[in-house]
Amino acid sequence: MARFASVSVLALLTASPALSQELNALVWCDHTDPALVQPFEEKHGIKVNLKEYEGTAAGLAILEQSQPGDWDVLVIDAVDVGRAVEGGHLAEIAPDQLATADFFPELVMAENNMVGGKTYAVTEKFGYNTIAYDKTKVDPADMADMATLTSGKYDGRIAIYDYYLPVLGLVALGQGVATKDITADTLATLKDPLFKLKAASKQVSDVVSAQTALATGEVDIMIGGGEWVTAVLAADNPNLDWTIPKQGGLRWAQSIGVVAGSTQPDMALEFVKYITSPEGQARLATSSCYWGMPANAKAGDVLTPEQKAILRWDEQAEFLKRAQLYPIPDAALDTAMQDMWTEMLQQ
Amino acid sequence: MTLQTRDRRLGWGLVAPALVWTALFFVLPFLGMVALSFARMEERAVVPAFDPGNYTRILTDPVMLQALLNSLQITLIVTVISVLLAYPLAAIIAFRIPRQWQRLALLLAVLPFWTSYVVRSYSWLLVLGQNGVLNKTLGLVGLGPLEIAASRAATVTGFVHFFVMLLTLTIYANLIQLSPNYARAAADLGANRWQVFAHVILPLTLPGVVTGAFLTFVLGIGDYITPQILGGGNELTLPQLIMLQLGRSGNFPLASALSVVLMAVVTLAYFACAKWLRLDRV
Repeated sequence: MARFASVSVLALLTASPALSQELNALVWCDHTDPALVQPFEEKHGIKVNLKEYEGTAAGLAILEQSQPGDWDVLVIDAVDVGRAVEGGHLAEIAPDQLATADFFPELVMAENNMVGGKTYAVTEKFGYNTIAYDKTKVDPADMADMATLTSGKYDGRIAIYDYYLPVLGLVALGQGVATKDITADTLATLKDPLFKLKAASKQVSDVVSAQTALATGEVDIMIGGGEWVTAVLAADNPNLDWTIPKQGGLRWAQSIGVVAGSTQPDMALEFVKYITSPEGQARLATSSCYWGMPANAKAGDVLTPEQKAILRWDEQAEFLKRAQLYPIPDAALDTAMQDMWTEMLQQ
Repeated sequence: MTLQTRDRRLGWGLVAPALVWTALFFVLPFLGMVALSFARMEERAVVPAFDPGNYTRILTDPVMLQALLNSLQITLIVTVISVLLAYPLAAIIAFRIPRQWQRLALLLAVLPFWTSYVVRSYSWLLVLGQNGVLNKTLGLVGLGPLEIAASRAATVTGFVHFFVMLLTLTIYANLIQLSPNYARAAADLGANRWQVFAHVILPLTLPGVVTGAFLTFVLGIGDYITPQILGGGNELTLPQLIMLQLGRSGNFPLASALSVVLMAVVTLAYFACAKWLRLDRV
């Protein structure tokens, strides 16, 4: 009996080549669309296991609690690549393996994806945190000025996206403070306008709740929203639109890299290359979870004219000029920003 | 070896798996969480320490105290409303519906359990919204609209919907065990219907009510999903605060301290109800 058990265990262990045919990726929800991953799986005969996470802190905590080799690919906020590198979570990538020459120049983001002259990640998708609205319910001209939001005209008709970095960034822009200039001192000046915005709002919600509220008419405006909120609802709700107000908006960007300690770095890099290829980019841009602009401009050859219209492809040059990156706070400022956000939620 | 010693050993042998399981998967993790609650955060990293700072912060920071207060208020409101709704429903099923239909009635009562908790919460958003089913119905009779979605009222509604089902089951289990002779004897002695209920039926079913209420309290005060989806981010409860520390700040020590406080509240609730708790009645 013992011999039979040993043989069985041995058989299970020798069957482990099946395990080596799996790639483990820590991702955002847009990567979980089967239409994105299936072509890669079929081409390479590999299973891609995807685990979603929200928020850099949660992602880094998962990596810290994992064993080397548990994860192969990481998707992370582009502005937080440095944090992941600092924690030793990302492996270096040979720059000549990446198609960044085809990217929108602003989306190469070398200052974020490179640390100490070495490349650790590549931008894969971007978009804007700005003002999304129902153009049949509000005056679109009002949306061009952030001051209108707290003027009383739209009280109780606003949802705030529950993510402190972009919304505090927008509030800062509304006060004439560039996102890179947010410090402990300037942060203090944002408290009053942030709380005024909360007072004018009906709710502070995550992506799904905010989308639901906008789609059902519960609110007419979403602060922090953009194409990533309205695009997936476009077919059912063509009245939803978004704009970058005169004070500016924020550009979000997500990067993808190979996890340090991956036991299959070559296959992980293949996945990164697939995601940043024109085909992978077009699929990622139109993911069923949320849409966003592809970093690789060549994806424009793959996307349909209708998809490009929804993404407002032709207006990107103007949008990119008027959008700033997320704030990149150090640990102390990050804590102060989160404390202010938590206090706002409790108001 | 005496028979008594052998029985004792057999008893310990039978409970050993449960004890080991509890020690490995509850006691040890709990002790780990308590230890972590005294650690410190420095530059986004957890530093082992014996620092009561997290507890001091919880007890002095108005935002955290308010979260605790919100959790207690919401859970108490939900528990009271759920008991008031579940008791008559359970009584109707137990005393007014013929025995052969009671199973079907209970099945209908617990049908909402069959849907996902998250989906059910989002569904309530569609019901309670400004253009939702409730307001449209009220509009037909010239009333409303009510501003319920994204508020404490919405959170309470979502909770009550769930917990009325749970309480109905626990109270029904008690009511069905009551011999009708108690009520008959009281009536023979001159008690009216109200007196029969107040002095005979209610005291006898109190253990089931308290058990259900305690379960409602425990599940409600630790719930994150309902206030997160239905509350609209307009007030924070303790579980939401814990999730903010875990998912956003990566502040595991503070999250652990908040969780210990949550467990302390549940423990206090247990002692407050211990006199009446009869878990065998569930």
